[in-house]
Amino acid sequence: MEFFIQQLVAGLTSGAIYACVALGLVMIFVSTDHINFAQGEMAMFATYLAWAMIDVGFSYWMAFVCAVLLAFVGGLFIQRVILKPLETAPVLSLVVCFIALLSFFNALAGMLWSFTIKPFPTPFPPKDIFGNGLVSAQQLGIVAVTVIMLGILTVFFRYTTLGLAMRAAAQNASSARLMGVRVSWMLALGWGLAAAIGAVAGMLVAPIVFLDPNMMTGILVYGFAGALVGGIGNPMGAVAGGFIVGVLENLVGSYLIGNELKLSFALAMVVGVLLLKPAGIFGQVIVRRV
Amino acid sequence: MAAILDVKGLSAWYGPIRALYDLDLTIEQGGVTALLGANGAGKTTTLRAICNMTRRAGTTTFDGKDISKFTTEDIVRLGIGQVPEGRGTFTGLSVDENLRLAFHIRKDRAEAMRDMDLVFELFPRLKERIKQQAGTLSGGEQQMLAVGRALMLAPRLMLLDEPSFGLAPLIVQEIFRILKRINVEKKVSMLIVEQNAALALELADHVYLLETGRVVTQGPSELVKNDETLRKAYLGY
Amino acid sequence: MAAIDNSWATKGGLGWIATTFWVLLAVGPLAGFFTQDPSFEYYMFMGQSMLINTIAILGLNLLIGFNGQISLGHSAFFAIGAYTTAILMNFAGWPYYATIPVAAIICFGAGFLFGFPALKLEGHYLALATFTLAIAVPQLLKYKAIAGWTGGVGGLILDKPDAPEFTRLGTDQYLYYLCLILAMLSFWIVRNMLRGRSGRAMMAIRDHAMAAGTMGIDTAKYKTLTFGVSAGITGVGGALSAITVAYVAPDSFTLQLAVSFLVGLVVGGIASLPGCLVGGAFIVLIQNSSQSISDWMKVTFSLRYDVPAWAIYGILLILLMYFMPRGIMGGIETLWLKLTHRKETQA
Repeated sequence: MEFFIQQLVAGLTSGAIYACVALGLVMIFVSTDHINFAQGEMAMFATYLAWAMIDVGFSYWMAFVCAVLLAFVGGLFIQRVILKPLETAPVLSLVVCFIALLSFFNALAGMLWSFTIKPFPTPFPPKDIFGNGLVSAQQLGIVAVTVIMLGILTVFFRYTTLGLAMRAAAQNASSARLMGVRVSWMLALGWGLAAAIGAVAGMLVAPIVFLDPNMMTGILVYGFAGALVGGIGNPMGAVAGGFIVGVLENLVGSYLIGNELKLSFALAMVVGVLLLKPAGIFGQVIVRRV
Repeated sequence: MAAILDVKGLSAWYGPIRALYDLDLTIEQGGVTALLGANGAGKTTTLRAICNMTRRAGTTTFDGKDISKFTTEDIVRLGIGQVPEGRGTFTGLSVDENLRLAFHIRKDRAEAMRDMDLVFELFPRLKERIKQQAGTLSGGEQQMLAVGRALMLAPRLMLLDEPSFGLAPLIVQEIFRILKRINVEKKVSMLIVEQNAALALELADHVYLLETGRVVTQGPSELVKNDETLRKAYLGY
Repeated sequence: MAAIDNSWATKGGLGWIATTFWVLLAVGPLAGFFTQDPSFEYYMFMGQSMLINTIAILGLNLLIGFNGQISLGHSAFFAIGAYTTAILMNFAGWPYYATIPVAAIICFGAGFLFGFPALKLEGHYLALATFTLAIAVPQLLKYKAIAGWTGGVGGLILDKPDAPEFTRLGTDQYLYYLCLILAMLSFWIVRNMLRGRSGRAMMAIRDHAMAAGTMGIDTAKYKTLTFGVSAGITGVGGALSAITVAYVAPDSFTLQLAVSFLVGLVVGGIASLPGCLVGGAFIVLIQNSSQSISDWMKVTFSLRYDVPAWAIYGILLILLMYFMPRGIMGGIETLWLKLTHRKETQA
C-alpha cells in the first residue's frame, strides 16, 4: 500500500510537469492548429537561461521570473519573425520549421553550455511533509506551482478582455478581425504564453532529471500524450490529461511493464488516442444547431 | 449631407478570379444604401473589399480618411461594423462573451456598458440566453447576436450581409424593424446587401444594382421601386 | 498542398544530367586503382554513407513528396532494416547479401502495417505519431526481453564482408558498388512506380485526397502500399548501413537520424528524385565537414563557440522554407518547368 501511494504521488508529480508541457502545446494548438515539436527544446533553453542567471548570482526566484519573461518574449519573437511569413504555407513546411527550431535550440544550448549534465537548484526544502516518507516538499511544490499557473491562466482567459480576444481569435479568425481583434498578435501572444509555460515546466523538472540539452525529449512525448488524452483543444483537459498520463505511467511502469518500456507506453497512448478518440476524453464538443 | 463612405474604382479578386470591376459607391451620412443583385454579382465581395478582407485595388475614403491601406482590424476600430455573411458567430463563446468581445477595443467602458444594455433592450431574446453557448442559438438569434456584436463596436457605418438569410419572415421583419431603429436613433449609416429586394427597398433610401462585378444602375430607392422594367430585369418581382 | 507539376519526375526531364551523375558515381571509385592517397578508403566510406542516405531519403520522399504523408519516424524503419540484417548475419549465419531482401520485405510489412493507423491521421497528427515513434525506438531496442537478439545497449558487432576474388576490388570499393547498385535499383523501382497508374493515384491522393476518393481511387490501398514501399526502401538503406558500418546499436537510430533524413529530403527537394542524391550527399558532407565549417564560422563571424551541425541544419531548414519551399532540386525543377513551358507557349 505504501509503495502504491508513493508511486501515485510520484505519478502526480511527473503528471504536473506533463500537464505544463501539454498546456503549452494547447496554447499554440488552439490558436493555430499547429503542433509545436519544439515546445520541449524551448523549455529546455529557457531553463538554461535561468541556470546561467543563477550562475552569475541571481536569486532563484529572480532567475525564475526573468526566465519566464524571457521565454515569453522569445516565443512572441519566434511567432512574429519566423512563423508569421509561413501563415499560409502547407503543413509540411510548418512541420519542417518546428523540427528546425527543435534542432536549432538543442544545438545552441549544447554550443553555449556544453552537453554535460548540470545540477539545477530546487526552491523547495528537502522536507518530508507528513513525516512518513510519502510526500516530499518538492513533490507538493511542483503540483502546487502547476495548479497555481492553471488558476492564473483560467482567470486570464475567462475574466479578461484580452483573454477573451485570444479565444475569439482562435475560434473564428475572420470574425474576430471584424470585432477589431488583432488576430496575428493574438497568435504571437499564444506563442509567448506557450513558451513561458514551457519555461516553468523546464525549471520544475530540471532538479529531478538534471539539466542537459536533451532533458525534455522524453518529457515532450508524455506532454503530447497528456494533451491528446485530455483533448488538445482544451486547456483544462490537457492539464487533467497530463496528470492522468503521469499517474498511469508510474503505475503501469512499476506494476506491469517495467520502467524500460515507459516511452513505448507513451507512444501507444499517443497512437491509441489519435485513433480511437481524437478529441480526447475531455474534448469539448461544440453543440451546433442549424 | 456629406458622404460617410466614398469608394472609387474598387476592384477585387479571389485568387486569380476577378470579382469586382472599378466599382464607385457613395454612402451618405445617416443614410441606408442597399446593394442588390443576383448571386455572384459581387455584393458580398464589395463588403469584404471595403474592410480589406480580400485582395483589392481602388480607394476607400471613410469620413474623409483614406482607409485603402488599413488592415481589417483598424478599419473596424475606426467605426465600420460588419455583420458578415454566415453571421460569424463565435460558437464556443457564450452570448455574453460574444458581445463583451468589443470591450477590448472600447476605451469608454461606461459607454460600452450602456451599448450592451441597448443591445439587450433591442433584442430581449439575447438577454434570456445570456449565458448560453452561442452555437446553440437558433439562426434568427444568431443573426440578432451578429447585429448586436456589430453594434457593440459603436460603429458609425454598418455593413450588413444578407441579414434575412435563412430566417422565417416574422423574424426577418423584427430584425429589419430594429435595423431601422438603429439607423434613426443611433444615427448609424448602413450599407445593406440583400437577396430580398423588396425588403431592402423598404429600409433603404438609395440603391445600387450590381451585375457580374459592375454597377448597372443606381439612384434613390423610390426610383427603382417605381421602375417596373428595372425591377423585372434585375430584382425578379 | 498545392499541386506539384511532376512531369519532370515522371518524364525524366533533364535526364542527361542524371545519367552523367550516375556515370560519375560509377566511375569515381575506379580512381582507387591509380591513387596512393591514404584517405581513399575514407572517401569510399563517405560515398557508401552518401548512397545509403540517398536510399533512405528516396524512401521518405516517396511517402512525403509524392503521397503527402508526413513521417518524422523513418529512423524506425531504417533501424528495423539494420537489425534484420544484423540478427540474420549474427545468429543465423546468413551471408550479407541474402539479408537485404529480407530486410526490405520485413520493413515493407512494418510500413504497410503502420500505414493503417496512419490512414486515420492527417498532417500534423501523422507527424506527431511518427515523431513519438522515432523517440521511442532506441528505448524499444534496448528492451531486456529482446536483448538476447538485439544485443541490448551494446548492440551487435558484425564482420565486414570481403569483396569476392574475381572483382579485384578492395572491401570499401566493393561495398560502395553494392550500395550504388541497390540505390540504382531503388530509383528504378520508384521511377517506374511513379510513371504508372499507382504513381498517378499516389499523387492524386497527395493533391486532393477527397477528389481522388470520389474518382474511384482506393485511397486506403494506395496510402498503405506507399507507406510499405517507402519503409521497405528506407529499410534497405538500414540494412546497407549495418553491413558497411559492421555494427548496430540503439543509439544510432534516434530522432536525430529521422531528422537528418528530413533535412536531406528538404534540402534535396520535395517530390524530386534527383533531389534525393543531392540530399544524401548534403547530409554526409555537412556531418563530415561540420568541424571545418564551424572553424570557418568562428573566424568569419568571430564567434567564441563551436557551431554544431544541427544549428546549421536548423537555420538552413527555415531559410529554405522561406525561399525554396520545395528544396534545391525542387526549386530548380520549378524554374526549369517554367522555362520550358514558356518556350512551348511561345512556339
